[in-house]
Order: sequence, then C-alpha cells, then structure tokens
Amino acid sequence: MKIENTSGKCIVVRGNEIDTDRIIPARFMKVVSFKGLREAAFYDERYDADGGLKTHPFNDEQYNGASILLVNKNFGCGSSREHAPQALMRWGIKAIIGESFAEIFVGNCTSMGIPTAAVSADDIEALMRKAEEQPDVVMSLDISSEEIRFGDIILHAGMNPAIRKAMLSGSWDSTEILLEADSLIRWLDNELPY
Amino acid sequence: MGMNLFNKVWDLHRVKTLDSGLDQLFIGLHLIHEVTSPQAFSMIEERGLSVKYPDRTFATVDHIVPTLDQSRPFQDPLAEKMIQALEDNTKRHGISLFDTENENQGIVHIIGPELGLTQPGMTIACGDSHTSTHGAFGSIALGVGTSQIRDILATQTIAISRPKVRLIEVSGTLAEGVTAKDIILKIICDLGVNGGIGYAYEYCGPVIEALSMEERMTICNMSIEGGARVGYINPDETTFEYLKDRPYVPQAEAFDEALKNWKSIASDSDAEYDDVYRLDVSGLSPMVTWGINPGQGIGIDENLPLLKNLDAEAAEVASKAYSHMGFSEGTAVLGQPIDAAFIGSCTNGRISDLRAAAAVVKGRKVAHTVRAIVVPGSKHVAVQAEKEGLDKIFTEAGFQWRNAGCSMCLAMNPDKLKGRELCASSSNRNFIGRQGSPTGRTMLMSPQMAAAAAVSGKIVDVRNMK
Repeated sequence: MKIENTSGKCIVVRGNEIDTDRIIPARFMKVVSFKGLREAAFYDERYDADGGLKTHPFNDEQYNGASILLVNKNFGCGSSREHAPQALMRWGIKAIIGESFAEIFVGNCTSMGIPTAAVSADDIEALMRKAEEQPDVVMSLDISSEEIRFGDIILHAGMNPAIRKAMLSGSWDSTEILLEADSLIRWLDNELPY
Repeated sequence: MGMNLFNKVWDLHRVKTLDSGLDQLFIGLHLIHEVTSPQAFSMIEERGLSVKYPDRTFATVDHIVPTLDQSRPFQDPLAEKMIQALEDNTKRHGISLFDTENENQGIVHIIGPELGLTQPGMTIACGDSHTSTHGAFGSIALGVGTSQIRDILATQTIAISRPKVRLIEVSGTLAEGVTAKDIILKIICDLGVNGGIGYAYEYCGPVIEALSMEERMTICNMSIEGGARVGYINPDETTFEYLKDRPYVPQAEAFDEALKNWKSIASDSDAEYDDVYRLDVSGLSPMVTWGINPGQGIGIDENLPLLKNLDAEAAEVASKAYSHMGFSEGTAVLGQPIDAAFIGSCTNGRISDLRAAAAVVKGRKVAHTVRAIVVPGSKHVAVQAEKEGLDKIFTEAGFQWRNAGCSMCLAMNPDKLKGRELCASSSNRNFIGRQGSPTGRTMLMSPQMAAAAAVSGKIVDVRNMK
C-alpha cells in the first residue's frame, strides 16, 4: 500500500526523551498478538495506581479522533519494543511529527507504515501551540512534497529520503520486496565464511 | 585510506541497495526470545511464508521467566502462554531453543557470547535493543522490532539505512574501583542519550584494549542508551582467547581458518571515520545516575546539577527527573538511603560482575532496610558462581540468590519494585516505571557499587570500603 499523504487532527505529547517504557509499560507485553494494545498506550501516565484518570493528552477529550502525534526530541528511545508504535497505531495514530526520533523506533514505525517527520524546535513549538489552542484544525502531511499544512502554517518536514521513498512506493511493507532478491540471498548465504 | 570494521562487515553482508535507497542487509545470526517474537511468527504464517534459514536462528527464554521457581507451568498464565508460543514456534520451524530445562538457558546477550554463537565479522540481530552487546566481538549487532524479526525469519535480511561511524577513543588510567560500567555511563553523559542517533560507535584506545571480553560487553551493551544502535570493538588476542573452545566456535584447523577471517575484518590503522570523540578516564570516579534516563549521571563525589546551569532541553528532563526521584538540585547522592539492590542483567550479570560484587559483600551483611537480589545472567554463570562459592557469600550476607533471567531489569516477571522504592541497580535503564512500579526509582551503577549500597543501606563510594 502506497502512503502518499495523511491528514487528521493533532495530539500533543510534550517532553524530551520519552522512552518506549513510558509509551507502553513492559507488563502489557505479555501478549502473543498486538491487537489489544490500544488501551496500554501511555498507561502509567494516564492512570494512577487506583485506576483514576491522570492529566494526559491521551485522556483529553479535545484530542478525540486525532491521528497525527506531535512530540519533541528523541521520542521512542530505549527498548526496541514494537509494542510501543503498535499501541499508538491502535489508538489511532497514523503519523508522528517531532524534533527527533530514536532509530529503532523509526525502523518500527516504517515497517508499520507510520511516517515519521522531523521539524525544528521552533517549528514543533508553533505546531504544538496551535494544536493545543485549536484542536479541531486538521493537519495534512504530504509525503512526496514533504510539506506540512496546518491552518495558516506551512512547513517543510524532514524525512529520511529512503523511508520517504519506501512510503511512496509501498515498499515499507518490506517482506515481499526483500524476497525478490532470493537468488542473491542464497549466494550470500553460501559465500559467507560462517 | 583504509576501511573501518563496520564498513567492511556491512559491505560483506549487503545483498543490494533497494529502490528506496535502504540497504538490504543479510543477518548471519538471529537470536530470538519469548517476548518480541510470537507476533513475527504469526505474520509469516499469515503470509504463507516459512523460516528461510532455521539454522541461523537460536532461541532462549529470559524476559518473562520467574527467577525463583522456574518449574512449569509458570504461575503466571500469561507468561506460560508466551513460553508455550515460543516452544510451538521453534518446534514447528526447526529452530534450536534453550528453554529453562536446558543448561544453556539465560539472557540472550549473555548466552550468545558464552556459547560462542557470537563471533567477529558477523551481522547479528535480535528483537531487543541491547543486542549491541555482541559488538564487543567485532560484529555488527543491532536491535530490531517485531516486523523486522518477521523479515529476518522469512528472508534472513532487513531493509535498513547505513549509519555513520563515530570513533570513541578512551585513554588514560582507570583508577581502582572504577569499571567498564563507569566508562560507558560517562560516555553517555558526555555525548547525550540522543548523541548516537544515526551512528555506530567504535570503541578503541588503550583503556578499551586492556578490558576483558566481559567488560567490553558491558560497554557495547549500553551503546543504545547513548542513541547508537550499534557499538563495537575490534577483535584482538583477548577476543580470540575468549572464543577458543567455546561450543559453537570452529575447532582445530577450522579455528585457524576463522581466525584469518576475524583478523581481516578489523579496522585498518588508517581507517576513516565520520566523527571522533576522545575521552581520558584518568580521574574518573564511580558513576551513578540520579534521573530518568541513563545520560543523567554524575561521579559519586559530585553534587546534582543546578537547573540554571543546564540548557533548556536538559533542564526540562532534569526537572521531571527531580520530581520523580524526589531529589533536589545541588545536593549530594552520597548517603541517599536505598530500599532495594539488584545485581544482574545483560549489562552486568556475568561471572566477573558477580565476583566483583561478592568481593565487596564478603564478610558483610545486607542492611536490614534493603532487600537485595543477585540474578546470574545464565545457567552457566550460575553454575560457575556456585562452584566458586559466590552464592554462599551472597546468601550469607542476606542477598537472595536467584535463577537466570532478565529479572528486575525490566520487571516483566515477578521481580519488581514496590511503590516508590529506590533501587541501586547494575542494570541499564532508569526510565520511569522500568523496574515494575510506576513510581519506583532506579539508580544505575556498577555491580560493586550496587553491592556496596546494599550492605551500607545507602549510596556509598565503593572505594572507601576496602
């Protein structure tokens, strides 16, 4: 499936170095399927020990139905758990825009067809402020032109060129494409000294 | 100009460059465990695919196994279900599994090297970010997510961007009581938890060359905590000596042949790098973390940083850290009372770590306010420790001596902090909630520092305990 653009309301999760343990605590990974992970997203930041609601964007009704997540620096650092982006995707997230992302997290998002785009600190602040003030405004992220349109804000979004191409060509769903090199893979398997 | 190890090994394993520009990289050794693999097996089966090279994948159980009673079925039905899924998947696809009844079972990053599965010049992947550990042998070892595990099972390859390479040269004289853990914590503090994004780290220099293989593994293990997905050290005589006669290492003439290959992939003396960072460790003190990521650390004799001295980003995270930890800027960490101590994990759960901790513990008692556990990284580590009587030293001091597993490093098993407990931990992550309690608190340090804290009931400088 080609992913050329995505649009939707935004949800703002502020903070640098938000690790995947915070996105999904380890105890929710005792599953053999990703299907039920929606409720696990940011669980310990959304609920206190007695199950009472804490103040968190994912609990904030103004963000109901949002599909573009806005974040700060090094989002998704730490554990390689794909359960983290899987939980976000099942909550409704289709794209993530931030200052920077951890590498394994980006790899996981890419293989799930979730584009990640980077913007400057000033730009993310402008986007976040607007999304917080006007949560009903719809953002569009055009992958081929790498352009973000958000009301009166128009910005360039930085994407890894290879990941951008993988989205546009549909090759983010990588297994079939990798299998095309079958004869080369067999050759290399024989050729390696181990 | 010559080439560095990373680029040599990458080129040897690059199948081709895909139309997207990503490289298709052959993974020579694939390690799996019970937590991140079941969905990958479901994915290949849903697509009607099979495991392409079952002999290139090895499985073990570590994340969710209980460390007290490992008899089956496990008391936790969810854990039992996951173990069964791994047993079914590996059986169905002809993959070797080291389960809790197998003498080779243990934390995946401990058993790979210990069995000699991990060798120089390999590409190694595992659905776990601490796969960087295996780079200590001069391999490219990287953590992947579940969809990439799917790709490795089905094709033995992944689609990946080629990173740049940063040389980290460590020189100087390491003081008594200062360890590999302290070196890597210092590197992460200096370069930042996101400093390594887009880079592989090559650790070199006289201090690194003088380290044992187990110490090198501690360094490479935490590369990911500095944002670098890959960290490695060139193979040398220390590496070859470690590998000789390990079960999965070629023997006799085949060993000599392998040795030639291993030597050939080391970085050339005139190799090029994209960046260089130099660290002199003379004067380095034992490090402890005070915050909510591994880059928030200080020397044991320093005071906590003042927010006004930090840049805006660091101050934001530090402020959140102080609020979570209940610490105040400008104060000392020395003397901070602790509630728990954990010695183990893929970072510091090897025999040399247990020996170092036991040397501190011997003849002392765990403070009555502290519950302390020692969890060997593998069954082989446990057997060796018991042979040396280390288990007795620990239990006589009041530590609990457990069975092999990840235990309280990530608390996907019964080993967890309770409430706001503060833990002196030899593990790798101090993230909020990491050790199983959403309000629990973790201070990372070397195993000897964690042992010293356990017997003192508070954070102390292990160098003053001689």
